[in-house]
Amino acid sequence: MTTTADQDTEIAPTELAGQLQTPFRRFVSDFFESWVATVAFALFLVIVFGALFAPLISPQDPYDLAQVDVMESRLPPGSKSYQGYTFLLGTDGAGRDLFSAILYGLRISLSVGVVSGIIAMIIGSSVGLTAAYCGGRVEALIMRIVDLQLSFPAILIALMLLAVFGKGVDKIMIALVTVQWAYYARTVRSTAIVERQKEYVEAARCLGLSHKRVLFHHILPNCLAPLIVVVTVQTAHAIALEATLSFLGVGLPQTEPSLGLLISNGFEYMLSGRYWISFFPGIALLLTIVSINLVGDQLRDVLNPRLQR
Amino acid sequence: MTAFVIRRLLQSAVVVFVMSLIVFFGVNVVGDPVDMLINPEADQEDIERAIRALGLDRPIGEQYFYFVKGALSGDFGRSFIFGEPALKLVLQRMPATFELAFTALVMAIVFGIPLGLYAGLRPNALSSKTIMAGSILGFSLPTFWVGLMLIMVFAVMLGWLPATGRGEVATFLGISSSLFTLDGLSHIILPAFNLALLKISLVIRLTRAGTREAIYQDYIKFARAKGLSENRIIFVHLLKNILIPVVTVLGLEFGNLVAFSVVTETIFAWPGMGKLLIDSIQQLDRPVIVAYLIVIVLLFVLINLIVDVLYSVLDPRVRIGESQT
Amino acid sequence: MTDQVPTLEVVDLATHFFTKAGIVKAVDGVSFSVGAGEVVGLVGESGSGKTVTGFSIVGLVDPPGKVVSGSIRLKGEDLVHANAERLREIRGNQVAMIFQDPMMTLNPVLRIDTQMIEAVRAHRELNRAAAREVARNALGQVGIPSPNERLKAYPHQLSGGMRQRVAIAIAFVNKPDLIIADEPTTALDVTIQAQIIHEAQTLCRQTGTALIWITHDLAVVAGLADRICVMYAGRIVEAGPSDDVLDRPMHPYTAGLIGSVPTHNKRGERLRQIPGMTPSLLNLPPGCAFRSRCANAQSNCQQTPDETTPFDGRRLRCHHPMTAIERQP
Repeated sequence: MTTTADQDTEIAPTELAGQLQTPFRRFVSDFFESWVATVAFALFLVIVFGALFAPLISPQDPYDLAQVDVMESRLPPGSKSYQGYTFLLGTDGAGRDLFSAILYGLRISLSVGVVSGIIAMIIGSSVGLTAAYCGGRVEALIMRIVDLQLSFPAILIALMLLAVFGKGVDKIMIALVTVQWAYYARTVRSTAIVERQKEYVEAARCLGLSHKRVLFHHILPNCLAPLIVVVTVQTAHAIALEATLSFLGVGLPQTEPSLGLLISNGFEYMLSGRYWISFFPGIALLLTIVSINLVGDQLRDVLNPRLQR
Repeated sequence: MTAFVIRRLLQSAVVVFVMSLIVFFGVNVVGDPVDMLINPEADQEDIERAIRALGLDRPIGEQYFYFVKGALSGDFGRSFIFGEPALKLVLQRMPATFELAFTALVMAIVFGIPLGLYAGLRPNALSSKTIMAGSILGFSLPTFWVGLMLIMVFAVMLGWLPATGRGEVATFLGISSSLFTLDGLSHIILPAFNLALLKISLVIRLTRAGTREAIYQDYIKFARAKGLSENRIIFVHLLKNILIPVVTVLGLEFGNLVAFSVVTETIFAWPGMGKLLIDSIQQLDRPVIVAYLIVIVLLFVLINLIVDVLYSVLDPRVRIGESQT
Repeated sequence: MTDQVPTLEVVDLATHFFTKAGIVKAVDGVSFSVGAGEVVGLVGESGSGKTVTGFSIVGLVDPPGKVVSGSIRLKGEDLVHANAERLREIRGNQVAMIFQDPMMTLNPVLRIDTQMIEAVRAHRELNRAAAREVARNALGQVGIPSPNERLKAYPHQLSGGMRQRVAIAIAFVNKPDLIIADEPTTALDVTIQAQIIHEAQTLCRQTGTALIWITHDLAVVAGLADRICVMYAGRIVEAGPSDDVLDRPMHPYTAGLIGSVPTHNKRGERLRQIPGMTPSLLNLPPGCAFRSRCANAQSNCQQTPDETTPFDGRRLRCHHPMTAIERQP
C-alpha cells in the first residue's frame, strides 16, 4: 500500500542550509516545535527565576517578624499595606504578604523536590546499572526489591517512613528519595540491558577496560534519553508529594514553610470565604507541576527513537 | 492454573512477612514511645510500671515474637489515645474508606472510559484535544488542593453540597452504606470525585491509547468489510479488546485509591482509616499505626493476587491456552 | 463475456495517499471489469497497488488515502459517490472481502458464532437461532467438520486453514454478487492452499459469484482465474485471458514474472530475476514506470505508454512489447 521513502536517521551531523546540525541542535529545534512545550518551558524558567531571586523580588520578607504585622492579616488581594506596597495576592492569617510567602515557599518546594530527585537518580541509576551489568541472581534479587517497592503507592511508603522517623527536613528527604529511587533503577536497568547487548560494550571489554569504566563511561551515556524523561516526571511527583505531606502536617516543619504548608494554613479560612490564602499558593504549585509535566511530555516524544521522523 | 495460584500465594506470604518485619522494627526501634506516653514528671516507679505493662522492657526479639503472636490472633495492642484495641479501630473505619474508594473507582470508569473512547476515535476534534489537556491537568493538580477548591466552590460559594463529613447510613442486603441514602450520596460526591480525579485522567489516557492502537487493527477493518454498523464495531469489537488492559490497571488502582484516601479523608473529615492514620501519626499512637500498615499491606497483596488471577480468567487466550486443532 | 451489465466495472480509478512526505499514487488509472461468475486474477508485487485497488472498491481505504478520481460501478450502481450508509449495506452483502491473515482479521476475544451471526444479522432480519442455522450451514459448505463445536470456539483454537475457511464462509454467507479475496492463501501451507483455492472456485461456479483474486503468486492464478490483470506501480500493464497471458506474455514485466517462477528453471540453472527494484511510489520517474528495469527500453519509453488493445480481449501498456522470439528462454 503506502511506501514512504526511507528517511535518513543518522546521528552524525548533517549539513542543513549551511549550518552544521549537531544532534543537540536538532533536539532543541524538535523540542521547541510544540508551542505548548515552549510556553511550559518558559513558565518553568520564570518560576525558577522567581524562586532563586525571591529575596530581591518580593516586597516583604515574610519570615522577618519585624516586617509582619498581625493587624494586616487576612486582607484580600490588592489591599495596601502600612509600609506602602500593595499586597498583590492578599495576606495570610499572620499578616504575611502572600506573594512573598509564595516565592519563599517555592524555593523550599523546588529545592526539596529537585535535590531529592537528584539523589534518587544517582542512587537509582547506580543500582539499575549494576543490576543490568551483573545479571543473574544479583539482578533478579535487585529487581524483586524494586518491583516490590513499586507495587506500593508512593504516599503509603512515605507515610510509613515518616510515621517511623518523625518530622524534619532530613527525614522528608529520606522519604522522598526512598520513594523515587525505584523508578530510576527500573528505567536505567531496562535501557542498560538493551545497551549491554550491543557491540561497543564487547569492544570496550576487549580493550581490557574495567567494569566500572565500561559502565559509567560507555553504557550510561546511552541510557540518558529515557532517564531525562523520568527525571522531569519524577521531579513533578516529588514536589507534589512533598506538598501533600506538608499539607497533612507530617511533612516539613513550620520553620521551612513550603507551598503545601501555606495551603494547609489557609484551610481554616476557606469556609469563611477567604479563599486566597489557600488558592494562590495552590496555583503556584499547580503551575510548577504542570509546566514540568508538559516539558516532560514533549521530551518523551522528541527523544523516543520510534517517533523519529 | 493451580500451580500458578499457589506460587502467587507463597510470594504474597513472603511479602507480608517482610513488610511486618519492616513495620515492626521501624516503629519499635526507631521511634521512642516511652517518651511520648509516659509523663516524664512521673516518678521512676510509675515509669517502670508503665514500661512493664506495655512490654517495652523485653528484648527486641521477644517483642517481635509477641507482636507476631498477637497479630495472628488480631491483637495489635490498644490505642494509646482511645484505649480501644487497635485493630478494632482500624476495621471499624474500613467500611467508610472502602465506600469512598469504591465510589471513586466507579466514577473513574463511568467518566474515564467514554471520554477516553471519544478522544481516541476523534483525535483531531477540538473536544478531544480539550479532553486530553484536561487529563494532563487532572494528574498534575495536587489532589489536596483540588479538594479545597471543590469545597470552596460547591460548598461555600454555591452551597449545593455539604462540605465535610459522611452522610446517613442505610442497610441494604446486609451491607450498611451511606450510598443508600440521599443524604449520604450528597456527602460522598465531592470527596469521591476528588479522589477519582487522578484515576479519571489515567483511564482517559489509557483508553485513548488503546483505542488509537486498536482502531487500525485488521479485525476492525474486517468487521467493516462485513458491513457491521459503526456502533457495533465500537461497542462490541473495539471495547472488549480495550477493556482487558484497562480493567486490570483499575483493579490495581483500587489499592492506590485506598492509600490515597488518606488525603481526601483529612480534607473532607471523612471518618475512614486514612484519617485515623494521619491522626495517629501526629499523636504517635503506635499500635494503631502498626495495625493500619499491616492491614493495608495485606490488602495490597490480596488485590494484586486477585487481579493476577482475574486477568488470566478474562483473556480467553490465556484461559484456554494455545491449543491447536 | 455476457452482454448484461457487468457485476463490477472499474474505469480509470485513482487512489492517492496524501502523506507528509508527499503524494503516493498507489492506484493511478486502473480499469477492468468482472462479469457474473467470472474469476479475475489481479497480480503484482507488493507495492503494485493491487490491495489498495481492492479496498477502494468497497470504500475501505484508510486515511491519508482517498479515491481521487475514476468510477466504480457495481451492477451499474455508482460506489464512489455512494453515501456511508449505502456502502455499509453493500459490504458483507453484495460485496464481500476475504483478507490475508485470518488470525488478525477475526477478533481474538469473540467467539466464531458471534462473529458469523453478526455478519448475517447486519443484513437480514433473522433471530439469533435462525442466523446460527445459516452460519452452521455455511461452515458445512466450506468443508469444516463438526461445525457446532467450531462455532463455540475462539479463533486461536482453530488452525490457520480452518480460520481461513471460516472467513470464506463469512464471505459467502449473504450470497454476494462479488467477492474480493486479498491474498487469502499466502499465509497458509501449500497443501491447504490448493484445497482452499479449489473450494473457492467450486463455490463461485455454484453460486455465480464473481471473484477478484488478488495475489503476487502467478502459480495460484494460473489454474484459477479466467482472466488476469498484471499491475505494476499502480497501473495495469497487461490484461487478458489467463491462458493467453501466461503462454504469450506481451509486457516485459509479465514475461519477467513468469520467467522468475522457480519451477521454470532446470535444476542447477541460475534463478532468473528481474533486475533492479520496485520504484518508490513517492518518486516515480516520468514515463513508463518499468523503464529502469526493462531490457526493451528505448528513448520513447520516457512517454507514459497509453493503453492499447493489440487484439480482442487483450490490453497492454507498452511501447515495445515482447515478440515471440524474445519470449524464448
